[in-house]
Amino acid sequence: MSVDALVPSAIDGLMLGFVYGLAAMGLTLIFGVMRVINLSHGPVIALGMFVVYVLFTGAGVNPYLGLIAAAGLGILFGVAIYFVAVDRIINAPELTTLLATYSVNLMIVGVATSVFTTTPRAVDISLGSVGGSGVTILGTHAVAVAIAIAGAALLYAILFRTRIGKSIRAVANNRAAAELMGIDSRRVLALSFGIGTSLAMTSGALLSTLFSFTPLSGATYEVKSFVIVVLGGLGNPTGALVGGIVLGLLEGVSTVFIPVSWVPVLEYVIFIAILLVRPTGLLGARA
Amino acid sequence: MIRVRAPFLPALLVVLAVVAALPLAVNNNSLREELFLMFMLITLASSINIIMGYTGYVSFGHIVFFGLGGYFAFYLMQNFNAHFLVAALAGAIPASAIALVIGVPILRLRGAYFALATIGINEAMRTAINNFEPFGGAVGMFFNFSVYDTYGGARNAALLAYGVMVVVALATVTTSYLIRRSKFGLSLMAIREDQDVGIDPARAKVVAYVISSFFPALAGATFFFKNGIIEPGVAFDLLRSIESLVMCVLGGTGTVAGPIVGAALYEWLRGFLITTPALANFQLFLAGLLLLVVVLFVTAGLVGWLRNRYPVLRAYIQ
Amino acid sequence: MRGITVALALVGLLAAACGGTTTPGAGTSGQATVKKDLIIGFTASQTGAQNVASNKQTEGIKLWVDDVTKAGGIKLKDGTILMPQIKSYDDQSATDRVQALYTKLINDDKVDFLLSPYSSGLVKAAAVVSEQNGKVMITAGGADDATMEQGFRNIYQVYTPASKYLTGAIDLMLKLDPTIKKVAIVNEKDSFSTSVVAAAKPYAESKGLQVVVNQGYDTGTVDFGPFINQISAAAPDAIIGGGHLPDGTTLAKQLYEKKVSARFVALLVAPPEPTFADIGDAAQFIVGPSQWETQTKYSAEAAKTAGVPFYGPTGADFTTAYKAKFSAPPSYHSAGGYAAGLTLQKALEDAGSTDPEKVKTALDKDDFMTFYGRIKFSTDPKTHGKQIAHEMVYVQWLKGSDGKLATQIVWPAEAKSADPQLRK
Repeated sequence: MSVDALVPSAIDGLMLGFVYGLAAMGLTLIFGVMRVINLSHGPVIALGMFVVYVLFTGAGVNPYLGLIAAAGLGILFGVAIYFVAVDRIINAPELTTLLATYSVNLMIVGVATSVFTTTPRAVDISLGSVGGSGVTILGTHAVAVAIAIAGAALLYAILFRTRIGKSIRAVANNRAAAELMGIDSRRVLALSFGIGTSLAMTSGALLSTLFSFTPLSGATYEVKSFVIVVLGGLGNPTGALVGGIVLGLLEGVSTVFIPVSWVPVLEYVIFIAILLVRPTGLLGARA
Repeated sequence: MIRVRAPFLPALLVVLAVVAALPLAVNNNSLREELFLMFMLITLASSINIIMGYTGYVSFGHIVFFGLGGYFAFYLMQNFNAHFLVAALAGAIPASAIALVIGVPILRLRGAYFALATIGINEAMRTAINNFEPFGGAVGMFFNFSVYDTYGGARNAALLAYGVMVVVALATVTTSYLIRRSKFGLSLMAIREDQDVGIDPARAKVVAYVISSFFPALAGATFFFKNGIIEPGVAFDLLRSIESLVMCVLGGTGTVAGPIVGAALYEWLRGFLITTPALANFQLFLAGLLLLVVVLFVTAGLVGWLRNRYPVLRAYIQ
Repeated sequence: MRGITVALALVGLLAAACGGTTTPGAGTSGQATVKKDLIIGFTASQTGAQNVASNKQTEGIKLWVDDVTKAGGIKLKDGTILMPQIKSYDDQSATDRVQALYTKLINDDKVDFLLSPYSSGLVKAAAVVSEQNGKVMITAGGADDATMEQGFRNIYQVYTPASKYLTGAIDLMLKLDPTIKKVAIVNEKDSFSTSVVAAAKPYAESKGLQVVVNQGYDTGTVDFGPFINQISAAAPDAIIGGGHLPDGTTLAKQLYEKKVSARFVALLVAPPEPTFADIGDAAQFIVGPSQWETQTKYSAEAAKTAGVPFYGPTGADFTTAYKAKFSAPPSYHSAGGYAAGLTLQKALEDAGSTDPEKVKTALDKDDFMTFYGRIKFSTDPKTHGKQIAHEMVYVQWLKGSDGKLATQIVWPAEAKSADPQLRK
């Protein structure tokens, strides 16, 4: 319980927060556009880790190049998930899509644990470290923050600077009206699911350069994404990024005052409390 | 209020009882072990059905009551030498009381938010008990083997646990049937269909939630009594929670027989897959695939599909 | 139409019946010079967090079976020859799978004797099942004290219990540098590591040490940043703790990356495993308790001095055969697996029978030495089966004259293969 740990803990937490935030942006984008809470989010994050892992250990591909592959595959995979599991029931009650995306979750975890087993894996990469006097920042963490910020900026550029982005925002706003304006909403929905999945896989790819993982590791980060998304408001990408940073900071700083193993309890309690008190999120509903 | 059109319930109970007696008759321990799990899953799936099938509220984290019942009962047996039957009841009651306390606020939430909240509650409970030293924290609790002496040794204790699990399953099924055939059940289904039939829906939902929490708590007490060991990850296993939901959807939500059929089918599949090394993890994939097919194409589940396809069956299968 | 209901129930029946085929078990009555299969069941973590150490243990068991088979089986006095056969499943390092699979091993596969899975949490789960079914189980890979204090009658432990894992490290540390005052304890929150710390912490305090950080981390933790920040802020002279292989390895790596400057670091389980070397320089100077090392010298002479019989191969023979078969050096987990087999073999020979009661009587009487060390079980009803004779050594990763990292025994002093060093 030392206050000397406050600064390094806050910095560590803050840095991770950007990576959490990137994943949460994917989750919240999908919700914002089509009102689907994507319960396959966690396993998709884990897939991002394994794309990097397979390319790195199998073909010696640099993890950061593997990350680009993960982002690209994420779009394709997300579009596939959309057409297989979501398209048919897009207008059904939320519970139906919840079960459908959970079924995708089970399938991914089933296949991934069969192929990769639950033995911990790691991408062995070191970029050295900087700092001193109590604060040591690892190169991999710094690069992860930079890439997460770039990823978030790219999402914004797509959403606000391109035609596709305009269509996505139109569909999110009012699907019926968008269709009247000649937008093929099915394609937009599929693409949005693809972008959301890509963000999650990119975030997973970043996490693979920081920590070891198994096909089940996604679950931890999925829950963090949920907490972040309700913190930032369901459907609000800016809220997700801010929420990620807030959660990361909270995780870091709280360890100075409570035992580390109590931190998840705190997270879940905040999660339930926000759901009960202000389900639209602390930072307001979607933009 | 119970109009019996065909002796469905007695017939169902007799069949289940005959199945339950089978391993004892032929003295087959491994069959008994598998049926023990199957009756537990019937209990879990049927309980979820009471809240989900009848009211439409998907309780993703329903396993929280299984874990709580298990922990409370285990604690009483371990520290106060309480008899298993007493401990099971004494454990299930506070678990249901907790259901009442959390049910009132979270049942106000709409669909998906409710589902997320139940996940959150299960995880909060798991991580909290992970840190809760009186319950052994992350290590959990572990029987001193003399606990089983009261019941004539560990072997007889396992037999007792089996008997109790069967009784709990039969009680769950009976309750599920009685609710479905009662005016209370009608009012629950009115909530599902978003109709107003002049009852207090908020109160009915909470009552259904509390009832649906009681049986998993008993099942948890029995399961961990037999295992002799309880730890947070196994007690609050979200996956088991969702598996029992899959069983319910597979067999047919909102029907009495559906969760039974779903549990039996699913457990058979898993028993087959678990010992085949290449397929050991494949049960998850299959569970996912089954769930997806049911969600996309057979919304009513197997029993529901049969009832819709052959309307004449409706009088016989509930 | 009642038929439908019956048909539905039949689904359940079929469901339950699957996998329930009964195979006749191996008989226990012996005849002159009859070869019989001795079915030995256990689960192993072929996958999951414990897979590395568990595979080592399984390899040890396999080598034992090989050696027995080469020697023509276990010969009983009545002329029966027992040929050991392994029946094993992957438990994926999960306790609920362990319980389901041990039940299956006992009921379906009709195994004669059980060996344990790897790691205390899993051993505990298996012990409950074997105890409920009255099966004798020799445990390797399970050191937790509490498990062996439950009044078991059929479980026998070959590992030195957890409570002794770090107390020796504290002795070593104070011998090496008596000025060490502040200690940080960071350990996995599982049965084993909790038992270790429950004994090590009061021991440290009794030696006048000040515990400045005392935190537990969950099994499966990958980010030790928060713990390391706490440790750095408290600036301890020494760090002790850890848990199992994956977390211990990660903790050592991150301590190094974050440039934590404690003079002495002792971690559980991970350091004696050869794969610990994967983290490179981060492994240097890390100390770890070990049940056995290739440099350990338990021999017939040592047995004679102790006044007990020596049984089984020499350490050199074991190491050579192991390397030949698996193309990798054995770790203490391998030796533990082999020793569990040896212990069962000796008990069977002494009992002259596979009758569980007779085998248990033989195990209760046992006091002997193997290449792995001395083995004797507690016969106190409260701690029945707990290991009371075996002793631990401590290893440290040091650079040799060739500049390569290797483990050396540094404690106890009379067994050391190199001098311990402080961390730089």
